[in-house]
Amino acid sequence: MKRRFEVVVRLKEGLLDPQGKTVEDALPRMGWTNVSEVRVGKLVEMTVDAEDEEAARSTAEEVASRLLANPVIEDVRLLSMEEAG
Amino acid sequence: MTKPRVAVVTFPGSNDDRDALRAVEQMGGEPVSVWHRDTDLRGADAVILPGGFAYGDYLRTGAIAAFAPVMEAVREHAEAGRPVLGVCNGFQILCEARLLPGALIRNKTLSFVHRRVHVRVETLRSAFTSSAEPGDVLEIPIKHGEGQYVADDATLDRLESEGQVVFRYCTPEGAVTEDANPNGAMRNIAGIRNEAGNVVGLMPHPEHAVDPDVGPVGGQVLFESLLSSLVGAAR
Repeated sequence: MKRRFEVVVRLKEGLLDPQGKTVEDALPRMGWTNVSEVRVGKLVEMTVDAEDEEAARSTAEEVASRLLANPVIEDVRLLSMEEAG
Repeated sequence: MTKPRVAVVTFPGSNDDRDALRAVEQMGGEPVSVWHRDTDLRGADAVILPGGFAYGDYLRTGAIAAFAPVMEAVREHAEAGRPVLGVCNGFQILCEARLLPGALIRNKTLSFVHRRVHVRVETLRSAFTSSAEPGDVLEIPIKHGEGQYVADDATLDRLESEGQVVFRYCTPEGAVTEDANPNGAMRNIAGIRNEAGNVVGLMPHPEHAVDPDVGPVGGQVLFESLLSSLVGAAR
């Protein structure tokens, strides 16, 4: 069976996010003075073909933690799961 | 006398491998080119992971390269206590491979920085600084977009207390100041070593700083340290 996963990778809280800061700094110039705490992360989508749901999820978790995110600087979360075609 | 053999790994996207090979030769070693798909280091005594953009630096800098076939041989080499140097992208790869602690993220300013900097030698207890003098200030170029060294406070404190900070960005006079820090690196860290001291990573490019005809020669002492210790060990 195939399962579709989304993985969200975020820079750890407390680490300066220069991309988020740059986006944030652009907002007042565009007229938004009420938006703050902008952080830029990554969204990774993938399809896992496995025996069952549990196996698919465990593969996805391993891929996410071993490759998609670096635990030194990032937090990772398996965001959603749905049946893939 | 046989010259020490120093391997330089070429990943797809490496672009300082040629300079590293040339620097090894100029400094008196025998350069050995190794491909990322190789599974051994061709009998080399030491290995350099050069700068560049291995595998396009996709996902994170060094993230894919850390799992390249050759990295198993590099890991074994490192675990056997033999010298490994990671320069710029090579430093990022060593961090991703967990051969060195911490990580390198986007420069604080978001901009790519390309200029000569000064770094202070913080310890002689590494395979690449053993011939330096304490507090030596080396002029070496940098060129990177993602050179901001980060780690959690506990790791940083351990690096400091164990003498694992090898280089710090400083003024030409050797003062460690915020202005001398080109990328926002925590505690001005430009390079570190592992606990044993045989694995060293740094953002500045010593291989671009060995030839007096083309610029500063702050990189020479790293190669001198390496080659003299290898020659000493062979005696």
